[in-house]
Amino acid sequence: MSEILLEVQGVSLAFGGVKALRDVSFDIRKGEVRAIIGPNGAGKTSMLNVINGFYHPNHGAITFKGRTRAQMQPFEASRGGIARTFQNVALFKGMSALDNIMAGRTLKMRRGLVWQMLRYGPALAEEIEHRHRVEEIIDFLEIDAIRKVPVARLPYGLQKRVELGRALAMEPDLLLLDEPMAGMNLEEKEDMSRFIIDVNLHYGMTIALIEHDMAVVMDLSHRVVVLDHGVKIADGTPDEVKKNQGVIDAYLGVVH
Amino acid sequence: MLYREAGQFKTTYAEDMAIFPIRQDRIALGILLGIAFIGVPLLATFRIWPFASEYLLWAILLPFLILALAAIGVNILVGYCGQISLGSGAFMAIGAYSAYKLGTGIHIPFAWLGFTISIPPLPVLPSILLGGLMAAIAGVLFGIPSLRIKGLYLAVATLAAQFFFDWVFLRVPWFTNYAPSGSVNAPALNFFGLNVRTPIERYLLCLIFVTVFAVLAKNLVRGNLGRQWMAIRDMDIAAELIGIRPLYAKLTAFAVSSFIIGVAGALWAFVYLGSWEPLAFSIDRSLQLLFMVIIGGLGSIMGSFVGAAFILILPIMLNLIPTQLGVPLSTETITHLEFIIFGSLICYLLIKEPHGFARLISIGKEKLRLWPFPY
Amino acid sequence: MIALGQVLEVLIGGLMSGVLYSLVALGFVLIFKASGVFNFAQGAMVLLAGLALVRSLDLLVSSGFSPWTAIILGIGFAAVIMAITAWLIERFVVGPLVNQDGLTLFMSTIGVTFVLEGAAQMIFGSDVYPLRLFPTDVWLLFESHFPGGILVNKLDVWGAVIAGILVAGLAIFFQRTKTGRALRAVADDHLAAQSVGIPIGWIWFVVWLVAGLVALVAAIVWGTKLGVQFSITFLALKALPVLIIGGLTSIPGAIVGGLIVGAGEKIAEVFLGSPIGGGIEYWFAYVLALAVLLVRPQGLFGERIIERI
Repeated sequence: MSEILLEVQGVSLAFGGVKALRDVSFDIRKGEVRAIIGPNGAGKTSMLNVINGFYHPNHGAITFKGRTRAQMQPFEASRGGIARTFQNVALFKGMSALDNIMAGRTLKMRRGLVWQMLRYGPALAEEIEHRHRVEEIIDFLEIDAIRKVPVARLPYGLQKRVELGRALAMEPDLLLLDEPMAGMNLEEKEDMSRFIIDVNLHYGMTIALIEHDMAVVMDLSHRVVVLDHGVKIADGTPDEVKKNQGVIDAYLGVVH
Repeated sequence: MLYREAGQFKTTYAEDMAIFPIRQDRIALGILLGIAFIGVPLLATFRIWPFASEYLLWAILLPFLILALAAIGVNILVGYCGQISLGSGAFMAIGAYSAYKLGTGIHIPFAWLGFTISIPPLPVLPSILLGGLMAAIAGVLFGIPSLRIKGLYLAVATLAAQFFFDWVFLRVPWFTNYAPSGSVNAPALNFFGLNVRTPIERYLLCLIFVTVFAVLAKNLVRGNLGRQWMAIRDMDIAAELIGIRPLYAKLTAFAVSSFIIGVAGALWAFVYLGSWEPLAFSIDRSLQLLFMVIIGGLGSIMGSFVGAAFILILPIMLNLIPTQLGVPLSTETITHLEFIIFGSLICYLLIKEPHGFARLISIGKEKLRLWPFPY
Repeated sequence: MIALGQVLEVLIGGLMSGVLYSLVALGFVLIFKASGVFNFAQGAMVLLAGLALVRSLDLLVSSGFSPWTAIILGIGFAAVIMAITAWLIERFVVGPLVNQDGLTLFMSTIGVTFVLEGAAQMIFGSDVYPLRLFPTDVWLLFESHFPGGILVNKLDVWGAVIAGILVAGLAIFFQRTKTGRALRAVADDHLAAQSVGIPIGWIWFVVWLVAGLVALVAAIVWGTKLGVQFSITFLALKALPVLIIGGLTSIPGAIVGGLIVGAGEKIAEVFLGSPIGGGIEYWFAYVLALAVLLVRPQGLFGERIIERI
């Protein structure tokens, strides 16, 4: 059993009268793929937003890499090593795929304004070094052919891949994926699943993902958390969760 | 098959990231620079057409260069970073008046504290650059609201800057060295011992400034900072999540943009106008610069040049063509026609090609790749 | 020593001119509420309406029509011009740009401003045209309490009355009529509105038409005060701080904002301006708006803008 990377402790979140999360606790271990599932409105995206620092919980705390905090700013989250993708692709529409992924290297680029103005010398060397890394990611995700295309012109499936690439470029400790397969056909889902497995195995990256496709969840994840109406109703391996009566009633349904 | 890039392989990332990766582009640029640096001065010295009179140099090329420089500054803020600014005229003014005060010596008595701040007149080049620096500082200050407000609200904040500085340079006589008429004369233009007086000399001076700044600007926008700016423009929330600090990105955009605009303002006042009043930098100027950037292409350094050329040349065309056709129009009608044409062009470009003429040109280049084949 | 009478006079004068700003701001709020478009061209619309009105009036009166007939026909003519303009704007500018972001639409209205300013002056002329629809003399109130009495412009009072009627009329229009409801639906979500059968093109035409008519009313009042001339378009620029302070989406905000700006400007000019050198009205409204923006970005009455990913 590897160490715990992130722990959610008693997090509650309410928007006015709507209780999005109620006293949710679970952990994510280093190197695992953790799925967060549940019916619509269960609070899955809110949970991710809390981990990210987007939303600040009313109660509870999050421990990440040993540090416990009641709230975090998004900037602190990204600096701390958390990257994420979004349900509605949040790419920079005015830039090419390559530039989007290069943007993910921002935290790692050190050379300041004056060096960049002059370009020749340290700034160019840094740019080339990071370009190498980004090209590795582009290679890995098999998007070489479209790297110079403005992302607004790419089909949805490729956009999601570019977004994954941008998150990978940050070399995060924890990767949050919000419905990475949404809107994809079977072939695209298989591709994306392959990438997620590869990212987990080869880069050793810890992944938390929200997903509706049960087959994907069962195949990809090591452990699953099930939320329903903001409350955690199950937590365990995919097999355990599949057999849980509460989960079946709320979400999976009965085979007729 | 002139414009084929087949066979031009890039073997290093550096080559791939060059400003003009295609060889034909580089040749075209070389020719353009040759004409600009050598051809024009030669023709003008020997008074060969079209430089038979000083008109072309003085009334068209000179303002074109300086306004193109200002447009580059505006483009960085509006086109690359997406922060709308209606106050660029004020920043030109700050650059101009700061350079003027520095060039004529500063004397601030603090009688109640018992000392005086006295700075002797600075040579022209440091005055201009420090004028840009003052504009940059003002830009950062007026850019601070952009952290909390966006879009149209920010436009109003920049208008506040515009009107406030209009008033400051009009009403605070210290800036005009207590000139009774309110208008000031530029100090003599002396660069490293060389006096710049004739149109050719002024033209070359501005050409050097513009070339240097264009290269520096281009370097910035294709590097990490440029990507940060564009990320903020496209989706600032997502930008924050990949580690971009909105504070840093926006304020550097304001700073760099205002610096360039300030330098352009100083050049406009010193090199082109010679003597000026605050009206030279009013809201009309701000709107003119914004139009240049929209028409030329938001987010394109080359577009700034195209836009500036267009906005300068159109009124001249409107003056010339009817006269040539024998249908003289009154100056008023011409002004009204200008308004109508500019306005319609803005609307048309925004609908058809939001990236302005620069995109149209690059689409043209795409077609040129295939020419003379249809596909 | 500043006399109380003087303060009151400045204050009332300021409030009155504030009402006039509100008239222009109302047009902005309407278009913004109904289409999310920030109409930089509102000032140009005031100019166009004013020019159409005053020139047709001159023509009609000199052709022998009685003053009252001329006024009715003149206003009718100006209204028709504004309707045509609204149709043209909807068809050729905002219609094609319907799916673009706010910034693009805003910049297109800057383009429209220039077209309207150029066309209006080319067709109707670019002199200063005086307009005589309201009494322009003054009342002197409370002469017994304050020396010389308090000066109140009759025109300003008329302006306030008209603004009041206009606001009431618009409120009824928005809340009670079918078209008003449709307008609000479109403002909320125009794709959804389209999918329930609301014809967007028609709605936006109505919006711009109403804004044009509001511009006509503003032109009547401002034109009488200043004469119909090109500098009226700078009113639009003054209305921006009014909107920021009041909130872009609020009709009462436009009124309150106008009053604050009008009164604030005049008071600042008289009491702060004299020592510093005058001309403060030029920028006071803007700096005030900037201060409000920093403290309460949505204005006094506006709605909070929440962004979601």
